[in-house]
Parts: sequence; structure tokens; C-alpha cells
Amino acid sequence: MDSKNIEIRWHGRGGQGAKTAALLLADVCFKTGAYVQGFPEYGPERMGAPITAFNRISDKEIRVHSNIYNPDLVVVVDETLLSSVDVTSGLKEDGALIVNTDKEPDDIRPFLNGYAGSVYTVDARKISMDALGRYFPNSPMLAAAVAISHVMDKDDFIREMRASYEHKFAKKPEVIEGNMKALTETFAALGY
Amino acid sequence: MSRKDRMSGNEAVAYAIRQVNPDVMPAFPITPSTEIPQLVSTYIANGEMDTEFIPVESEHSSMSAAVGAEAAGARSMTATSSCGLALMWEELLVAASNRLPVVLTLVNRTLSGPININCDHSDSMGARDTGWIQIYAENNQEAYDNFIQAFPIAEDERVHLPVMVCQDGFITSHAVQNILLEEDSDVKEFVGEYHPEEYLLNPGRPIAVGPYAVSNYSMEAKYNQEAAMIRSKEVIKEVAAKFREKFGRGFDLFEEYRCEDADYIMLIMGSASGCAKQAADELRQQGVKAGVLKLRVFRPFPAEEIASALSKCKAVAVMDRCESYNGHGGPLSCEVPAALFMNGINTKVINYVYGLAGRDFTVSNAAEVFGELKDAAGGGQNIRQCRYVGLRTREGQ
Repeated sequence: MDSKNIEIRWHGRGGQGAKTAALLLADVCFKTGAYVQGFPEYGPERMGAPITAFNRISDKEIRVHSNIYNPDLVVVVDETLLSSVDVTSGLKEDGALIVNTDKEPDDIRPFLNGYAGSVYTVDARKISMDALGRYFPNSPMLAAAVAISHVMDKDDFIREMRASYEHKFAKKPEVIEGNMKALTETFAALGY
Repeated sequence: MSRKDRMSGNEAVAYAIRQVNPDVMPAFPITPSTEIPQLVSTYIANGEMDTEFIPVESEHSSMSAAVGAEAAGARSMTATSSCGLALMWEELLVAASNRLPVVLTLVNRTLSGPININCDHSDSMGARDTGWIQIYAENNQEAYDNFIQAFPIAEDERVHLPVMVCQDGFITSHAVQNILLEEDSDVKEFVGEYHPEEYLLNPGRPIAVGPYAVSNYSMEAKYNQEAAMIRSKEVIKEVAAKFREKFGRGFDLFEEYRCEDADYIMLIMGSASGCAKQAADELRQQGVKAGVLKLRVFRPFPAEEIASALSKCKAVAVMDRCESYNGHGGPLSCEVPAALFMNGINTKVINYVYGLAGRDFTVSNAAEVFGELKDAAGGGQNIRQCRYVGLRTREGQ
């Protein structure tokens, strides 16, 4: 995976924050000087419906505006999508898949239509419940995307995410530390 | 000094609106342009601008209110998409024929049906004969830049016509990307203060706006409107040159990307231009001389300039993100060959329809079109026209 020129596809369900995660990743990568693109694909908008979001992160200007069909990285925010969405479609063999689940990668492989590349699992529910007391999978999955893709430096990511949370949660400062803990716990779980 | 930032196309336009700080903005929300009035309302609530925002009950009313405010002497604008523009239709003609320099930021979305919220150009193309200047953007940067240029174009005394500034719904309106933003003071200086020559709230010089005109006068009024549209071409170029001088970027009527020695040119508008450029670059690496003519200004239609730009290549693909349901091509597909013919240029043309209702247009789609263009250039005269790109059912069924 070329961390200087990377394409990411996010699969989630409406309301889980996959789009927010994609926009946040674009945001923090921008702050390190990268060219970024973050955008959702909109279908019928309703809670729980499958949604897709995309990131292009590059050291060169980005002018392509189509969806991403051959991603370097796919992030699955909701494992129930594995049985209904072909999440590995077009995923590069030298790329990687990250799934939010309490299972092991080998338990997930049978659902991946023979995808032979790297597969990682992150128990975002457990991390989120431990760190925040509530289930918000997007912070752990965002950290996982950074840990696997190396799209930005770990310390830069932590610093920029803190700044981002401090801005976003200016009126709810009590959730900032929980979100930060969710990020660092995810890094620890993935050995990053 | 320009400042590097990242934002979506909608955010970029809202940011420009704050900088321009127009006098009046009536608006009614509709996907995918809703964020624009929403963000402007927030700027106003936060005291960052003092535009009179009028939350109206429909788009017919938003354009009516913009017309009324502009006639009164206030710099006025609104935002909409799709069915919202369709509902404004009657008032679009009123704005243009009364020579009111209203600015409309349009986030392109398909028209019904089937009901769909995604991008194509059927909304603005439906309004192509309403007397509005139309400028299209490839990305968030151009949406921002074009919006700032709209006011000096519309308000120029040689023009006095409304301007529609278009960007592709969701594809650029909701995509966060890098952008260069200019200082508030620089944008304000570029746009300038609005001093209309004639306006309703001018007690020393009463005028009537929009009265009945008998046949003895109506045709001359319409001729004058067309004459202003013709004059606007030079003004658009002047404003673009001034913008380039001040901020260092932008194009006037269109961008010619690797066209100078191109055998095969794709003529396209809006966000899909980037995929076309990428495909042209990849083809050039294989020795195919491909280029892209990205049309920025659709009204006034730069017929002579397009004909001249396409005079040396072997074949042109004309790309419409809109279906005209006329059996022989979308708006560009009819106007570009007419421009070539009227200027005595005999370049081969293939017409395409792509990207309807949000159908994705990819680099490989663009490369396929260039491939067909190459085949057609070497073949006879019987070229199949009105081809669809990326259609899942077979054409002709």
C-alpha cells in the first residue's frame, strides 16, 4: 500500500458515522499537507441502510471525482453488511480489509468471496463501550484505518484528532477523553 | 494572501456568500443545495454577515423575492437545485428580461423522474433559454471562484443579466477537498460595491419595472436582451482576466487541456472533466494524442471560440450530462455541431449522454469514449450518434 497515494472505501449503515469518519480522515490528513478528498455516496437516506463513503489521500492534486472501484483499503463499520454487500469488490490484493467485529480474521474470511489479501479485525464495540460507555464505532474504525494504511504519522493523527474533538465537542468536553482513549486503545489492539 | 483550506463545494460557496455579503438572500431548501442557505443562516446568526435572509415558502417565491429586491436596488441572490429551479422557471425569465443582475448558485441535480437526488445537468439545461448566463465548475475551487466572479459580470453596465453559477450535486457539493480561499477584503474589493444605475427605491428618478409592452416594443426589448448576452462574453473574459491577475488562477470561456496538438478531444462540463483529463493523460502515455475541452461558460454559448478550438483535431466527443428526449442529442450535442457547421469546420463529432441521475463517470468510461472516437475517426461517415456511456441495458432496446 502506497501511503502517499491511497484510496479508501468505507461501508457502514446510515447513522453509524462512516461518512463522518471519511470526512474526519480527510480533515486530519489535510492538516499534514496532503491533498485530500472525502465524500459519501448518497442513496435513499435512512437510518440503518447500507451507505458507502470514500477517501482519496495523495501527495498530488486530486482531480478524479468518481467513486472508488479498486481501493487500497476497505473499512467495514458494521459486520452485518458482510452477508449483503460485496465489500471486497475490486479491493487490491496487496491492499487490506478492516472489519468491526469481535471475531478473528479467519472467522471473517469465509464471507469475503475468496479475497486473499490482508484482513484485520477490530472490536470497535468493546473499545467504544470501555472508553465512552456508548457505542460509536467511527472513532475506533478511523484509528484502525490510519494504523493499517499508515496514511499519516501516529503522533500527528493523535494531535490533530484531539484538536478536532476539542472543536467538535466544545459544548460536551466530557466526551473528548473517551474518544481519545478509543483511538489509542485501537492503536494498541492493532500493535501500532 | 490565499489561504489553504479544505471544504465541500457547498461550504465553499457559503463561504464566498459571507465574503460578498449580498444585501438580500431569499431561499428555500432543497437537496443537494440545502447546506448553502443553512450555512448562510448560521453566518448571519453569528453576526458574521448582515445579509437580509428571507425564508420563503417556495422557490417560486425565492426567485420572486430576489427579483423584487434586485429591482429595488439591492444586490440579491438565491440558491437552489433540481425541482426548485423548475418551480422558479417563470421568474427566471422575469429576472432576465427585466435585466436584473440576480445571482443564483445552482447545485445541479436531476429532474424527475424517477425521483432521484443525484447529479445531472437537466435542471440548468432546462433553463438554458431563459436568458441567464450559465457558468459551470469542475470542483469546489471553481465553484468558489465562479461565484465571486458572477457579481461583476452580472452587474456590468454592458450586461445587466442574471448569472447562474453551477456545480455538480453531491459530486462536488458534498465532497471535501483542498481549496484556496481569499481574504475577505480582497474578495470584497474584487466584487465591489453595488451601485445600480436605475432602481425602484430612488425617489428622485422614478421608473417602472416589468410593465406590459405592446408588440411595437416587445421585440426590441428581446433583441436588447440578446445583445446584452452577446456583449457578456467579453465581460466574462475581462472579469476572468482580472481574477487571474489578482488571484492567479482560472479560465475564461473554457479550459483547453492538452488540446494544442490533440487528435481526439472530449468536450465536457463540470466535475467529470477531471476523469476526462486523467484518461487523456493515460492515453498520451500510450501515444494517443487526447485532449479535453472543459466548457466553463455555456451561456453565452462560445460558438466561434469552440469551433476554432476544435478545428484542427480529427474527432470530438461531445458529452451531455442531460437527455433532451428529442432523438438526436442533448443540448451540447446539438449546439457544438451547429457551431462547427456555421463556422465551416468539418471535424467529426460523436454525441454522448453520460452520468444521468448520478450514474458515475469514471476514468475508464472516459478512456472508452476516446477509444470509440479513435475508431470513428478512421472509419466512414456513418457514425452511430447519441451513444450512452455506462448504460446497463443494451442500447436500442
